[in-house]
Amino acid sequence: MCLGIPGQITELVDHEFLVAKVDIGGVKRDVIITCVVDDEHPAESCVGDWVLVHAGFAMSRLDEEEAARTLALLAELGDMQDEIDLMRQVGSSV
Amino acid sequence: MKYMDEFRDPATAKKLVEEIKRLAPIARGQREMPLQIMEFCGGHTHTLFKYGIASMLPADIEMVHGPGCPVCVLPMARVDDCVAIAEQPSVIFTTFGDAMRVPGTRKSLLQAKADGCDVRMVYSPMDALAIARKNPEREVVFFALGFETTMPSTALTLLQAYREGLKNFSLFCNHITTPATMRAILTDPDLRLDGFLAPGHVSMVIGAHPYDFVTRDYRKPLVITGFEPLDILQALWMLVKQFAEGRCEVENQYARIVPEAGNVAGLKAIAEVYETREHSEFRGLGNIGDAGVQIRDDYAAYDAEKKFGLPIDFAQGAVGYDPEHLKCADVLRGVMKPWECPAFAKTCNPQNPLGALMVSPEGSCAAYYAYGKLAKRS
Ligand code: SF4
Repeated sequence: MCLGIPGQITELVDHEFLVAKVDIGGVKRDVIITCVVDDEHPAESCVGDWVLVHAGFAMSRLDEEEAARTLALLAELGDMQDEIDLMRQVGSSV
Repeated sequence: MKYMDEFRDPATAKKLVEEIKRLAPIARGQREMPLQIMEFCGGHTHTLFKYGIASMLPADIEMVHGPGCPVCVLPMARVDDCVAIAEQPSVIFTTFGDAMRVPGTRKSLLQAKADGCDVRMVYSPMDALAIARKNPEREVVFFALGFETTMPSTALTLLQAYREGLKNFSLFCNHITTPATMRAILTDPDLRLDGFLAPGHVSMVIGAHPYDFVTRDYRKPLVITGFEPLDILQALWMLVKQFAEGRCEVENQYARIVPEAGNVAGLKAIAEVYETREHSEFRGLGNIGDAGVQIRDDYAAYDAEKKFGLPIDFAQGAVGYDPEHLKCADVLRGVMKPWECPAFAKTCNPQNPLGALMVSPEGSCAAYYAYGKLAKRS
């Protein structure tokens, strides 16, 4: 619940409600990006960015290298698979 | 050092361990007890074990596992309330996976589901909102729990439900805040801590300043840290260095993720939706005045407590305390190690958890169990 999984924003889905499609460990899912959008990072500039996703919300930006390290750590700790399986089952439901 | 090879950068890890070993006796000074350092967050406990970090540390340092796992501090009576809501025929009860197996005094949510209640595991509170949209004739309740890491997500979901004017969605709010919990630990007379490793992802939301009171009022150094084994070693080194140099500061090892001021949009959503609750009960820590939050009156229509007139389960004799022979409370407060609990690895194990600390991999009993620390010497 607390660790967060890195994902890459692939597309802006809803500009008004700040929803983006994010690829999280191979699962594409709608994610709310309100917490990572500001004047410096307008929504339309976010495609391609790596973000840390907690419970369907992007909470922080991270660079690609950091994302790769975090993904490797989560895989080693064995914490990620259950969440990814759950995401797959639940699907995108924003 | 058998675990060292598992580090992505073994040379740096080795250097940090050597530095910690060099500084630790200076840091410890004349004290009889080793320095007691609490890693507040269950995610850190998990990393400490997985990489054998605790066993690399010199005898001058002892790690104390903190209560920073939201399911572990959930009182049984709150699980009973969840079950009572889930038992209402109109309700679809939704929750994060970790909460499903936490025992209540009567049953867990998983058992409630097996008994026919409509309990669904979701990945995000937004999934619960989607279920509410699809099922307008049912009441959809999301069990909102966790420290500040999950608070923005539930707050933003509630705001979205409000915007849409959804009438059949509500949150059962059990969020708790980290600084107030730390204050409770610092005032516990049984716990004599010397410093903290503070949680990375909570801090990503709240920033570094809410911890200022720890150094100012209690004179305990604190380092915010990430979850990589090297993050934790570096943070421990920073902490030991503070002791050795006689400093007492809030330092941020995880600055690549944690901004000094936290996440502005997340904090705004939290402030909009939640307010401090007068009393909230924590497993192991008892009543903590101001650690819990509740939904503000403006959003009362989305508050499951109000909607369902909670607590509804007390008539059945539910109380929030653990049975005497289960030592969860003492383990949570860091005054007892998991293997000292008579149930540990016997009647209580991850397949059949009797206490919440055995449920999530971040609970300290589950971590001790998973990494074979079944007794002091193992
Ligand atoms: S072993 Fe089980 S009962 Fe004992 S403290 Fe741990 S979780 Fe609680």
